[in-house]
Amino acid sequence: VSGRGRATAAPSVRELAGRVVDPEMPMLTLADLGVLRDVAVHDRGVTVTITPTYAGCPALATMRDDLVRVLTEAGHGPVEVAVQLAPAWSSDDITAHGREQLRRHGLSAPGAAPDRSGPVPLSLGPTRREVACPRCGARADLTSEFGPTACTALYACSACGEPFEHVKEI
Amino acid sequence: VPAEDALAFFREAHDFRNLRLVEAENGDFGETMARLLVFSTARLALLEALRQSGDHVLAAVAEKGVKEVAYHRDYSARWFLTLARGTDESRRRVVAGLAAVWPYVDEAFAADPVETRLAEAGVGVDPGSVRGAFDAVLDQVLAVSRVDRPDVAPMAAVRGRTGRQGLHTEALSRMLATMQVVARAHPEGRW
Repeated sequence: VSGRGRATAAPSVRELAGRVVDPEMPMLTLADLGVLRDVAVHDRGVTVTITPTYAGCPALATMRDDLVRVLTEAGHGPVEVAVQLAPAWSSDDITAHGREQLRRHGLSAPGAAPDRSGPVPLSLGPTRREVACPRCGARADLTSEFGPTACTALYACSACGEPFEHVKEI
Repeated sequence: VPAEDALAFFREAHDFRNLRLVEAENGDFGETMARLLVFSTARLALLEALRQSGDHVLAAVAEKGVKEVAYHRDYSARWFLTLARGTDESRRRVVAGLAAVWPYVDEAFAADPVETRLAEAGVGVDPGSVRGAFDAVLDQVLAVSRVDRPDVAPMAAVRGRTGRQGLHTEALSRMLATMQVVARAHPEGRW
């Protein structure tokens, strides 16, 4: 980068940062997941801005360490990782490539996220979604709305019987 | 010791400012769900209001919190309903669980002077102002579950102090003993 002050990141730095993977779902990069908000190259190194998927998600510390390591090893240090809270991450931020990656690894991608701007309506019945089996494409039935992690629900395929996780809309 | 570790692992019970509602031991699943329902409903109402905070960090935390606490409220409300309309035994236990946690509910809506000052400054929320939103949601869950509001007296403050002023039940000391012992044995530990 020539000149002084902030400049738009050279593609290589952004690409390197975007290639770092999510420690819990390593088929997704930070770019796929939509948590990479900004990569800025300046006179004193690189500032990468990320946003947490879930508050208190332990993966955030690993993402930060991985970003610092990858960019430092590529000679772009010193690296600062900033965390941006607003606007809050939404499952809508997962890219088309990220959704395809989820399917290829046997997970179902989220539908459109609910609008959370007003009071949250109470929901006492199962969440209605059209979920297709990531293996055969047939309709799937809800096994449990509350899966092994806060971000997934459990489904089973009505045709092939495949049990799988659906990444929730948030 | 990092500041967040100092807060979590090196404070004594009387330095914690949590509601007494949240420190009771997990045991009976019906009681745990009743407690989570009450707490998440109160906290979601508070966070919904805090989204309008004049402090942009608090507003951002609240906006994120609303999305996530909605999960816990739905989870506990559905379990409450399932247990209340399940077997005689599951109903007996969730009704008893609600009665056991109910004395601590009022505390969630009593403003500490600090909260009052923050609310007046447009930064915080007076928890008393969201009691109506809490009641509306809880009444819906109780109606569908065919459970009446418990008729039990609130747990009194002790010399004007409750959880918000550092007055806690013995359960908090026992929990902290378990949660803090490793950090205190190895204060410089890294893993």
